[in-house]
Formats: sequence, structure tokens, C-alpha cells
Amino acid sequence: MKALLNLLKTNIREYGMLIALIVIMAFFQYQTKGVLLKPINITNLFLQNSYVIIMALGMLLIIVAGWIDLSIGSIAAFVGAIAAVMMIKMDFPWWLAILLSLLAGGLIGAWNGYWVAYVKIPAFIATLAGMLVFRGLTYLILNGEQIGRFPDQFQKLSTGFIPDYFHMEGFHLTTLLIGIVISIVLIVLDIQSRKNQKKYGFEVTPIAFFLIKNSLITGALMGLCYLLASYKGLPNVLVLMSVFIAFYTYVTNQTVLGRRIYAMGGNEKAARLSGVNTPKLLFQTFVNMGVLAALGGLIVTARLNSATPKAGTGFELDVIAACFIGGASSSGGIGTVIGAVVGAFVIGVMNNGMSILGIGIDWQQAIKGFVLLLAVFFDVYNKNKS
Amino acid sequence: MSDVILEMRNITKTFPGVKALDNVSFSVNRGEIHALVGENGAGKSTLMKVLSGVYPHGSYSGDIIFEGKECAFRDITESEAIGLVIIHQELALIPYLSITENLFLGNEQGQRGIINWNESVSKTKELLKRVGLDESPNSLITNIGVGKQQLVEIAKALAKKVKLLILDEPTASLNESDSEKLLQLLLQFKENGISSILISHKLSEVSKVADSITILRDGATIETLDCRKDSIGEDRIIRGMVGRDITNRFPPRDSKIGDTFFEVQNWNAYHPLHADRKISDSVNFHVKKGEVVGIAGLMGAGRTELAMSIFGRSYGSRISGKVIKDGKEIDVSSIEKAVNNGIAYATEDRKSYGLVLIQEIKDNITLTNLDEVSSMGVINEPKETAITTKYRTDLNIKCSSILQKAVNLSGGNQQKVVLSKWLFAQPDILILDEPTRGIDVGAKYEIYTIINRLAAEGKGIIMISSELPEILGICDRIYVMKEGKIVGEIPAKEATQEIVMKFIMTQEVTEQ
Repeated sequence: MKALLNLLKTNIREYGMLIALIVIMAFFQYQTKGVLLKPINITNLFLQNSYVIIMALGMLLIIVAGWIDLSIGSIAAFVGAIAAVMMIKMDFPWWLAILLSLLAGGLIGAWNGYWVAYVKIPAFIATLAGMLVFRGLTYLILNGEQIGRFPDQFQKLSTGFIPDYFHMEGFHLTTLLIGIVISIVLIVLDIQSRKNQKKYGFEVTPIAFFLIKNSLITGALMGLCYLLASYKGLPNVLVLMSVFIAFYTYVTNQTVLGRRIYAMGGNEKAARLSGVNTPKLLFQTFVNMGVLAALGGLIVTARLNSATPKAGTGFELDVIAACFIGGASSSGGIGTVIGAVVGAFVIGVMNNGMSILGIGIDWQQAIKGFVLLLAVFFDVYNKNKS
Repeated sequence: MSDVILEMRNITKTFPGVKALDNVSFSVNRGEIHALVGENGAGKSTLMKVLSGVYPHGSYSGDIIFEGKECAFRDITESEAIGLVIIHQELALIPYLSITENLFLGNEQGQRGIINWNESVSKTKELLKRVGLDESPNSLITNIGVGKQQLVEIAKALAKKVKLLILDEPTASLNESDSEKLLQLLLQFKENGISSILISHKLSEVSKVADSITILRDGATIETLDCRKDSIGEDRIIRGMVGRDITNRFPPRDSKIGDTFFEVQNWNAYHPLHADRKISDSVNFHVKKGEVVGIAGLMGAGRTELAMSIFGRSYGSRISGKVIKDGKEIDVSSIEKAVNNGIAYATEDRKSYGLVLIQEIKDNITLTNLDEVSSMGVINEPKETAITTKYRTDLNIKCSSILQKAVNLSGGNQQKVVLSKWLFAQPDILILDEPTRGIDVGAKYEIYTIINRLAAEGKGIIMISSELPEILGICDRIYVMKEGKIVGEIPAKEATQEIVMKFIMTQEVTEQ
């Protein structure tokens, strides 16, 4: 027991925010008299927050690299606008429009990246400029008006659900089966990594902790799948998001590219003198951010079923806050994908819970601000203590 | 005999898990230079932090008595108020403020928050004269050299009416002549009744100026030697520091030197900011297989700049010249290309240029050659672990695990990580820039052993060092650099400290 407490203490930062998320969820579940975890609300929660999470994946890499991108809200709006023009005004097929939109996102990312990585303009300034430029261009393209409505296939990106092959009345069995398969895969992977660690003589977590951790994760996953299955099943966007989270977790932990980004953020000069082409790497990080911001923009546009000049206003703040709540360091080199995702959920659950409770937008903003401050304070406090 | 200005009695300071100072007693007489020596981690800096109030009263046990009064400092301002000033190894000056502004920072001359600039400047002139610094009070700190910055720090201490000056490794980043000047200044202060505590790894300086020497080892006072009675040799000090005799400071070397395989021809480079300042001027040199080549010279002679300009043009502009390896000209226009062509450069500044301090030892070592431990861009962690573990054993890196963060290692072990990462890049020619700066005698010996081993494997080593005994001790051939030019080439057998210094000085005379 004592060992377990010790372990919790040393890993407090890693699990701290997760515990905070669970506490916040429990609080709102109680306050909303059970509405928060109703299948329909859980589904909505994912639909509402998917774009924040997808953009947070890109932002996390930028923050780990030591910079910031303020332009993503405007990029999302701009991409939504050109997608609308392509699909509605020019009758492009939906898939081609999506491809071209993502490409446009990449180009905008390249634009930001060029100024930051090669001309060495601080990202805060370069992307602040980008934020204004692309917001302005959005107004220009849309003539200041809303454009709707989109082809059904495009809307499905945000509002559709995966098909069910079993046709059970009121229960989406496919969703539950997918949940079981993923649980098994996760457990097998964890056992393997534990074996590997033992093989190389690293300290491994005690078996009790290992078992508790895995049963908690499996329990949460299966519970979630059960809830989703009793509504309409897995939303398309949740599948997309999960694939992206898995992919970026892998990139940050296992690949040369990820390792180099962390090294660059930790000490740019040392990384450069070790043969890492840091300008190119930073440029690529911004291109990646542009593509993900474009994807976020498409999801939002599909969800609203219209492109509006004001779309995506303030997204950058939620996304940046998610990364910092999730433990990323503003000086670079530190941060995890999972942390950013948890951070995004903290914000998402609070938004959702407070809305259900009928708390006004004024208080919502203020409370979110305090939570951000508290999370970072917790970080700084822990760092000073050790 | 003389009266005691400072007495520290039975100081004990513990950190979680470690006793950093164990019942240390230490006293300084008025008007003496008292050297404090010991290996890295012996507790010198901790003791000085206790003394100056960085660790406030109550966080340690024991008494501090200054000029007969017991002191209980809560922070640095309190210790400075009674004339105890510490100058840290990393200088605490603000680069974009002038000398005057820095001198009176926190001690501004004026009334009710309004600064009297005339008074400030005239006082600055007076202080600069006392430390022998010929600079305008309006010069920005960033525009003057490290040696002069050190003098500004001392002037700042004088402005605070210092009675006891504590210098932590003041000459670590100074060249020989600036060091000499600084030591003369300390001697002059002694005449004026200002006492100093000198912390230094450079034992030659210590035995030159110190009146007494206190040796710390493993957080305890070993002995205090009185240099006025009989002269204390360096070997005597080392014996106290390591607790045994080091009969040989340099490992024996059996050099097997092959053919010339690396050559730099007619190398020119200019300063990146001052376009007309040449930092490398028609430099030619070569390295043979299995040879350790030293580059001696003063600080600012252009040695680091030369090395970095060759290493992927990482410093300088308008670079021209040829680099030839194994008879063929090679492309060194980017760091990636230089590394791929078998060149490695281990920097003199391991903290800012050598290591990603917040990352693990493992990640630092493999960063130079990630392709070797990955396939299709995915890192093979078992392989990475195995390789890193091998370097840990081979180079005797003292750490709890290869997953330990680099920031928590001692200087010597950090240097070994820097060496490991460059060895992992499998270079043929290894440029080591001040590889033993700021590390203790034992770790130095280990680094020399590694250098010998690499040479024995047939690699070419270029060693840049400001410590002449070190260059003489381990190199086969020595180049002397001055103002971006190579002014001399001496085989090690014929070289002595005097001959090398003569190359540096003669040139100066002819120019004047």
C-alpha cells in the first residue's frame, strides 16, 4: 500500500490530470443528476470536442518544439470557407474538396512555418499575423455571409455513425465488439512493454499497480463503449480521432521524427549541432499543424452544416489551454499527446457540464481560466518541490 | 598573528538523502587569500551558499561568525550588506545594459527613485580604474569580453564596499593573460585589506597566490595548509583532494601514428556579424591516423570558431577552403554532411550546445545517429537501450540508470555523455573543444584515457584546450593559434610550456 502511494506520488503529474478529469466528471455527473453520462450526452461530448482534440495533436508538437500557433482558429475558418465554395458553389465532389482543403491547410502551415523556421520571426508574431490575414481572407471569400448546406456525405464526417452489422434492437453490438478488441490489444501491448523493460533491467511498476491500471483502463473503455452502443454507436469522428491519437502517440514515442522534435524543443542549439536539421523540422511541424487545423475546420463546418466568417473564433485558445492543462511546458521539450487529449477533455467536460447546469458563458470563461491557472500552478509547484 | 575575519563552525547541511556538508569548519584571516579546493561535489559551492545566505539561516546547523558577530542571513542582500560578496561562476550581468547600469543595479545612485547619472558615471570611472579596466562606462556588457565582464563583476563587489570577496572559479573561462591580471588584482586587494576566498580547479593559480588552502573532500574539511610557512606544491594539494597520490596526471601513451588522412587547406572564415573581421585566416593543418593534435592559444584566438566553421559551417560567414579526407575533398557545408563524412565536434559548452539537459542520457547519446537505431523511421528501443548501456559501461558514466536526465549528472559525467554521443556517430576525426573544462582531476584522467583509446583505434583527434599542461601531457603534435592564424607547429617531444607561450607572445611583440 505504501509503495503504491509512493508510486502515485512520483507519477503524480502523469496521472494527476487524469484523476482531476475523473473528479470533474464525477462532480458534474452528480450536479446534473446523471445527465452528463447519459449515452446521448456522451455522444454529443465527443462530437463537440473532436476538433479541439485533433488540433491539439498538432499544437502539442508545436509547443514541444518550443513555439506556439495562434492562427489555427482562422485557418479552420478559412479552410471551411474554401471547402464550402468548392462543394456548394463549384460542385466539386466531396472527397476532392476534402483533399484540396487539407492541401490548403498544409500550404498555410508552410506559410507560417517559412516565417518562423527560416526567416526566424518569433512564432507568436508570425502566427498572430496569420490569424489576422486568414480571418480577413475568410470574410473576403464568404462575402461576409454564411454558406450552406453541404452534401450528405460531407456532413457524415461529423454527424454520422459507423454501420452496425448485427441490427440488434436499441443496441449497437459492433461498437461493443470493437471495444473488446481494442481492450485486448491494449493489454497485450502493455504486457509486452513490461516484459521488454524487465529484460533490460529497468525498474517496472509493481504487479498490483499494473493490474489496477489495466483493469481501470479496460473498465473505462468498456463502460464508454457500452454507453455509446446503447445510443447510436461509435460516431465516425470518434473513430477518426482515435486513429489520430494512436498515430501521434506512436510518432512522439517511437519514431526518429518524434525524438528529434523533443530534442529540438529541449535544446535547439544542441540538437542542431547534433546534425538535426532544425529549421526543416520546425517547418514540417508547422505544415502538420496546418493540415490538422484544416481537418478541424472541416469537422466544424460539417457539424454546423455551413461555413461562416466567424467560425473557429477562439479555437486556438481552447487548443493551447488543452496542451498546457495536459502538462506541456511553455519553454518546450516537455509534453505528451495523451496529456493534451486529457486536457482537451477537461475543458470539454467543463463546457458541457456547465452548459447543462445553465451556467452563463460569462462564468464559464472565468472558471475555465481558473482551471488553466490551477493546472499550471500545480505543475510549477511540483517542479519546485522536486 | 593576524585576526580572523570569518569563522564558520561545525556547519552541517543535508539535502534529502545526502549529507552535503558534514561538520565543516573553516576560517579566513583578515587580508589573506584563502583558497578552497576539492573535487567536484566535495561541497565547496554548498559551503559558499551557506555563507552567503542562499541557503538561509535555519536550513543548516552550525555558526557563522563574521568580524566577531554571529550572523544569521536570511538571503543574499543581508550578507552583502555587511560586506560579503560572492561572484558566481556564471556571471550575473545583464547583457544589454551598460557597465554603469550593471554596477549599480539594485544599488542605484540617486534619491527617491530618481537616478543621478552624473554621479553614477563618475563613480563607475573610479571603480573601473581600481580594477584596471579601460572601458567606457557606457559600453554594453554584451560587447565586452568575458575577461572584462569578470572585472566588472569585481567592480560591482567593490561598489558594495566588500570586505570579503568570494570568487567561484573566476578564471574558468579566462585565458592565461586575463587570469594573470585577475590574480594580480586579488593580490592588490590583499594589500588594501580585502580578504578573498578563491575557489578554483586550477591548482597552479592556487599555489601561486593563496596564503592558505583549505581542502574539502566528500563534504568534510580534510586539512588547511599554510602557504606562508613553506611552499605547497600542486602534488601535495592533489594528494589532499583525492586522498591518495596521483603519480601521473596523464595516462601513459603508446602512440602508433599512421599516414596523414585529414587535411584542411587554405581555410578562411569571417565573423557572422562583423563582416570584415576574419576569424580564420588562411589556416592549413593536417591530422594523421592515430594522432592526437592539440590546438593551443589564448581565449579568442579563433580555435572554437575554426572548429565550428569546419563542422558544417555552424559558425562564421563567407567560409572558403578545402577539407580533404582520405585523399578526397569532402563536403562539410552542413552539419549533417560533416557528420556523414566522419567528422564530430564535441563542444566546449556542454550545457548550452552539447546536451538536451531535460532529456534522458539514452536520448542524448543516440541523437547524433538515430538512423543507426531505427528502421523506416521507427526507433528500435531494445537496440537503443543495448547500445546506450554499452557506452555507459565503456566510458564509466556514473548514473542511476540510462534513463536518468542529463541535468542531474555531474560535470564529468555530462562530458562523458557528450563524448558517447559523438562516438556513437562513428567519426574518423573527432574535434574535442575544452573536453576537461570544469571537471575534477579523477574525471579528467578518465577522459584522457578515452582519448588515448580512440587514438589507438586509429581515429584522428583534434584537441582544443586552454590548459597548457594538458595539451603538453597528451598531444603528439601541437599547433598554436593566434588571431585566427596558425602561428606555430611543434612536435610534442620538443614542446614545453615556455616554447608554446613564446609562440603566442612573440607574435604580439612583432605586431606592436
